[in-house]
Amino acid sequence: MSEYPISDSDQEPEELAPMLLPLDSWHKDRGGRMVEFAGYMMPVQYEGIMAEHLWTRENAGLFDVSHMGQLYITGEGVEAALEAALPIDLSTLKTRSVRYSLLLDENGGILDDLMVTRWESGFYLVVNGATKWDDIGTLREYLPDDITLNHLDENALLALQGPKAAEALERHAPGVSALTFMKGGSFKLGGVDAWISRSGYTGEDGFEIAIPGDSAAMIADLLCGEPDVKPIGLGARDSLRLEAGLPLYGHDMDPARGPVEAGLAFGVNKRRRLEGGFPGSERVQRDFAEGTAQKRIGLKLNGRQAAREGAKVFQGEQEVGVVTSGGFSPSLQHPIAMAYVDAAFAADGTALSIELRGKKLDATVAAMPFVPNRYHR
Amino acid sequence: MTRYFSQEHEWIEIEGDLGTVGITDYAQGQLGDITFVDLPEAGATFGKGDSVAVVDSVKAASDVYTPVSGTIAEANGALTDEPELVNTQAETGGWLFRIRLSDASELEALMDEAAYKQYVESL
Repeated sequence: MSEYPISDSDQEPEELAPMLLPLDSWHKDRGGRMVEFAGYMMPVQYEGIMAEHLWTRENAGLFDVSHMGQLYITGEGVEAALEAALPIDLSTLKTRSVRYSLLLDENGGILDDLMVTRWESGFYLVVNGATKWDDIGTLREYLPDDITLNHLDENALLALQGPKAAEALERHAPGVSALTFMKGGSFKLGGVDAWISRSGYTGEDGFEIAIPGDSAAMIADLLCGEPDVKPIGLGARDSLRLEAGLPLYGHDMDPARGPVEAGLAFGVNKRRRLEGGFPGSERVQRDFAEGTAQKRIGLKLNGRQAAREGAKVFQGEQEVGVVTSGGFSPSLQHPIAMAYVDAAFAADGTALSIELRGKKLDATVAAMPFVPNRYHR
Repeated sequence: MTRYFSQEHEWIEIEGDLGTVGITDYAQGQLGDITFVDLPEAGATFGKGDSVAVVDSVKAASDVYTPVSGTIAEANGALTDEPELVNTQAETGGWLFRIRLSDASELEALMDEAAYKQYVESL
């Protein structure tokens, strides 16, 4: 047998031995199957992707996402400096609020997607693990020298996701359940200072929890001591985010794609779209005005065979696009996918097919999210 | 009846010139939840090592290679509705296909159960 992994390994730094995260032995003790991802050894699953996925949709799952980059940007004039680097409107971002944004290259191609939080004294960014070293380089290039960029690499990052997450976390960090979606605050969690925001990557209600790396095992134990909380691996993280319609960097977006065709126009705030003045703004403004040749869409497949990244999309004999993520949806019990297709074929309900091993599977363009989001607004 | 194992984690059970092929319990454990099996058609001819079937799990699609050359006699239709049989009964009811061997001497290159067990422990 040979495997084609669908969601990792192609973005790893080459030649380097994988690094270990603070919870490495914690995962192994819990039966986590460790794989290399984004240059780190990470748990892909514990009891099984299907069970972990469904557990998260029904209860609460604890994800270790400590591979992600946590950056803290400060200095005189930081707000204007960050606006020159990202297409975000910081004038409407309140203290302790979180917003999705994009790191673009000079041509408007997507280098990464990220979360920006306004702290009292600066901005806290969470970026993808596989791209964080490049992101730091790009941001350093975009930001003036007197702006300080700290990589908070002593921090761990956990995500507690699912309909029972708030109840479980409230018992250890009183007050968190008062947060609404995309808001954060400082809390004591297990006696440790934690930055907690109501956000995540599963489509469920939930929290992301930044804590010192040396407290991570204690806090993971504390949270998994709750009967409704189980540790969940990267495999279910991938299937959950796919159902939620959330794109994965390096697969559903990359430097060849711009925010508009990627369906991430909301990552370019309105004032910035009108005024420009960020890397790649000319292309982004043009895409807004003229539309794009292709669009990112969702596809529902008939049958049970899943389409994987790279599969070609057809209408009749005409090739109209390519699958960028695909898999079997544990919640819906049929395969789903994300793809880029020519704009003429992007409307919901369009009948297409996906070529797989010489066969063509029927697929229909479907609105995303595939499974309704349940954010606590 | 004799059972052989391949390094690619297929098992084949021989009865006369007919071999029943599946993936091993070790292999299904590595793959995780099986969601779909793409089976070969009866009458199709394959050479040893050819990709004959595909097993889909939530996270990946994996080729299954035939450990011997021959002609497909039958595919396990039960897997169409219950692909999870490959998880729950990998080495019994979750078999994938039956193949009529064209060269029984190919079996000599395969492992017996004890050798396969040792091989898996070495991984």
